[in-house]
Amino acid sequence: MSPRMVALGAGLQRGWIEFRQTVTNGGQLVGWLFWPVIALVVMYFLRDSTVPGMGFSLGSHSVPGILGINTLFTGLVGLAFALIVDREDGTLLRAKATPNGMLGYVTGKVLAQSAITVAILLILLVPVVLLFDGLALGAVTTWLTLVWVLTFGLLATVPIGAILGSLFNSTQGLVPIMVLIMVLVGISGVFYPITALPEWLQWVGQVFPVYWLGLGLRSAFLPDALAAVEIGETWRHLEMIGVLGLWAVVGLVAAPVVLRRMARRESGATVAARRESVARRTA
Amino acid sequence: MALATASNAGSRDAEPAGTQPAIETSDLRMRYGTKDVLCGVDFRVRRGEVLALLGPNGAGKTTTIEILEGFRKRSAGEVRVLGVDPDDGDEAWRARLGVVLQSWRDHGWWRVGELLDHLGRFYRPYGTAERARPHDVAEMLTLVGLTDEARTKVSALSGGQRRRLDVAVGLIGKPDLLFLDEPTVGFDPQARQDFHDLVHRLSDLEDTTILLTTHDLDEAEKLADRIVILTGGQIVADGSAAELARQVSSKTEVRYTLGGEPQVHSVEDATRYVRQLFEEHGDAVGELEVHRARLADVYLAMVRDFESGQRTDGFADLTGETTEVA
Repeated sequence: MSPRMVALGAGLQRGWIEFRQTVTNGGQLVGWLFWPVIALVVMYFLRDSTVPGMGFSLGSHSVPGILGINTLFTGLVGLAFALIVDREDGTLLRAKATPNGMLGYVTGKVLAQSAITVAILLILLVPVVLLFDGLALGAVTTWLTLVWVLTFGLLATVPIGAILGSLFNSTQGLVPIMVLIMVLVGISGVFYPITALPEWLQWVGQVFPVYWLGLGLRSAFLPDALAAVEIGETWRHLEMIGVLGLWAVVGLVAAPVVLRRMARRESGATVAARRESVARRTA
Repeated sequence: MALATASNAGSRDAEPAGTQPAIETSDLRMRYGTKDVLCGVDFRVRRGEVLALLGPNGAGKTTTIEILEGFRKRSAGEVRVLGVDPDDGDEAWRARLGVVLQSWRDHGWWRVGELLDHLGRFYRPYGTAERARPHDVAEMLTLVGLTDEARTKVSALSGGQRRRLDVAVGLIGKPDLLFLDEPTVGFDPQARQDFHDLVHRLSDLEDTTILLTTHDLDEAEKLADRIVILTGGQIVADGSAAELARQVSSKTEVRYTLGGEPQVHSVEDATRYVRQLFEEHGDAVGELEVHRARLADVYLAMVRDFESGQRTDGFADLTGETTEVA
């Protein structure tokens, strides 16, 4: 086997080990599940309200979008966070000191975070199945759509997470990004129909993956009649593939460049300096 | 700089690969902004040698080692590590190096054996007939005394255990050249002794070239075949501990009592002096003590002088003026 193939194999091992560490760790699981569970609880109390013009539960209508937002948070923000923390503690430098170590490290990190994202989604589906009516959970097409929407969603967002995790030197740097994502969530049509927004804001919303992830998951879980409240009154799968695909291509092209640049600058001294600044912050 | 240049002289010519030095630098310079951290560092490390880079904090030891590891680009000068410029080092070159940095807190969630197995995998394609890579994980754990901790989480290790794991990680790829940056900081005396034994075993059994940095002269003296002293970004001395001590002072101090009267003499050849002493006075001699020049005192004096700016041109002139150091 070529050295790079060996590194990919080791990356697979890292992905599995780190995935296992997360899903067997109660504290980490609670951390990942806290916000989506709160959102689902809120939606449960809204189950008796209906989508305007349709006899469909507003709570149930929002559930797929919440899963979409959570995919974005777990996949994108989660990976960015993990990369920054790993640089602080020297994990990345360790990878740099190992032959083809960066390749193995990034492979493992992306696989672990993607698997964690999927696992969190599946865990969240348990209360969703038990608490919410009207979702098309029995149909095979639901699950097929879920698989490919999720695949595109991860491809569009995880590389962006890798880029953000490389650009910022401390987790504090991610705060503005989180605020930006919150704003995008607000105009994503998950909690408030996007068609009710001013048209320019609809366009802004449609540039970013969070809207399309929500739309894609709605198309998986909701009856087709609900497409009537979407823009263009269809699920717009082709457009979704187009926008998420574009984000994926941009991310996958840019991420290796940014990661390499970040890794080049990594040294023992930079790790030490970062650690000192972390210590100062927490002191 | 007399010592440093003496050991470097005439060595720049091309040599057959077998005798090529593991590390060779010439006029290595590093500048951050307007601050010169390394001002022309020249030294060589032979294959199989244990070399200690000794100096006070801030002398440029870590910068030097990071340049050699390929983690940092130098400002100027020539560097060859295993025959390769670290700035152009590829993954096959990287596979021949072991790196133990000053402090690592990574992989806290991983188990000790799991981490060694994982990192070892990367070296598998780089094994050769003479040097199979990587080390067996169980053997490695035995070597650093962590067998019982194989299934322990890394974050649960004590400071000394953690450091031994770092060394094991540095060694797992069976490196030709191992970098140890301040390996025993924070060790208790027992851990330090264990670590010294480990380094001796490595250089004896594995034919590993070792470059270690330390600010502890005792450690350098115990571990290294040769010591290079770096202060203020310059090499001020280069030689074995005994050579350095001789350079510092050729005199040896002899203390004894003669018929109960204390005597102190500073002599060139202590062995001859003591033989004559006994021939002349026999049983009248008591409480004999012979003190070689102590490198530690000199090293401390040298660093102190350098830092206070009294001396900028190094070790050579120190040898001329010190007679009372022993």
